[in-house]
Amino acid sequence: MTDLLAIGTRKGLWLARSDDDRRTWTLDGPHLLAQEVAAVSIDTRLPAPRVLAGIQYGHWGPTVMWSDDLGTTWQESEHGAIRFPEDTGAALARVWQLRPDSADRPGVVWAGCEPHSLWRSTDGGCSFDLVRGLHDHPHRPTWEPGGGGGAVHTVLPDPASDRITIAMSTGGVYVSEDGGEKWEPRNRGITVVFGPDPLPEYGQCVHKVAIDASGPDRMYAQNHFGVFRTDDAGVSWSSIAGGLPVDFGFPIVSSPTTPGTAWVVPLVADMQRVPLDGRLRVHRTRDAGETWTELGEGLPDDAWVAVMRDAFCSDAGDPTGIYVGTRDGCVYASNDEGDSFTLVADHLPDVLTVKAATLP
Amino acid sequence: MSVQVLLPGVLAALAGGEKHVHLEPAGDTLADLLDALAAEHPMLARRIRDETGQVRRFVNVYVDGDDVRFEGGLATKVRDGAEVQVLPSVAGG
Repeated sequence: MTDLLAIGTRKGLWLARSDDDRRTWTLDGPHLLAQEVAAVSIDTRLPAPRVLAGIQYGHWGPTVMWSDDLGTTWQESEHGAIRFPEDTGAALARVWQLRPDSADRPGVVWAGCEPHSLWRSTDGGCSFDLVRGLHDHPHRPTWEPGGGGGAVHTVLPDPASDRITIAMSTGGVYVSEDGGEKWEPRNRGITVVFGPDPLPEYGQCVHKVAIDASGPDRMYAQNHFGVFRTDDAGVSWSSIAGGLPVDFGFPIVSSPTTPGTAWVVPLVADMQRVPLDGRLRVHRTRDAGETWTELGEGLPDDAWVAVMRDAFCSDAGDPTGIYVGTRDGCVYASNDEGDSFTLVADHLPDVLTVKAATLP
Repeated sequence: MSVQVLLPGVLAALAGGEKHVHLEPAGDTLADLLDALAAEHPMLARRIRDETGQVRRFVNVYVDGDDVRFEGGLATKVRDGAEVQVLPSVAGG
């Protein structure tokens, strides 16, 4: 059995493979050298695993590319996989998220993009259609760009229903219960510190959302200050940051198999986006955020680096593996739910996204 | 009319390996020329313009040596026999 870890960086993509239950890794790359890879996914629903990459050519614009031979060759659609329709007057700036849907929906892939937009593909990511229901939402003109640009950066389709949950910086959490036609903000209880109203209906700078293994109604959110949990599909959120040393950070990751288990990477604050005392640490909860445990075996001290919102992921292994990529180009892997980490790569360009999969 | 487009090396592969592309646009503006380029080499053309038709921010286009940003933009006139050069701007890190 082979585990694959895709590492998207500011200047290319690397693929790491492990054939010994994620204990050691072999790094392969760079692929797509000199291109920014802010989104990557590994679609294992196809006969050959497809690596999808949302790339930014720098001078030459963004697009989606894919490889069906683990990076040996890459393809892109002639006219671009993601193109805003003419009537929108908009142009794609960056692809921030590529999310294959469930095995029951073969070919369906979601993309979250900048400017704020959600896209749906039915051909495995070769071409996407704009989700008009979100684009036409009356709130859209008032969504603001966060520091990384105004984007849909998290897309969470529910495999058992037509529910889709998205998160935006800024904009907050929005949910559709009908596959993307109608959308409503679900941010009650998520606070903001950058506006006069601490509890607006929407406009939060939610950095990442993860669904708990217990079911789709329980989710976790790492906010721009604040870590929150909902038990009712986002209708209301409450703080679970009490057991954390600080509540700022970018990513949050859950276990796909162990209910109540999630991880964050705390940073000091928005004006000091580094780990406390320069010690890179992951914090894990086993009880849905009631308590947290600091984990650091194999993680560095004197590491004044941030972990970006998509540079942290879990896998579907048993026990759950978690993977951390840093802005100084290091990637750490844990095959024991964070109890210990090993270095997969260092001296890469700054890591923007990591995604793991077990190859069939 | 006939126009020659000069490409940087990194884009030549999208024009069949050629750094010089000869086009016969239907009209006499830069927009007409880039439309003709898109018809022949769509993957190349979208490196130069986004889907709204605008020249990308960090792409510079020169018509007979003049930067079109300081001329007429996409409405810049392109004469028969003109030489149009595409270059990446100085940007990045």
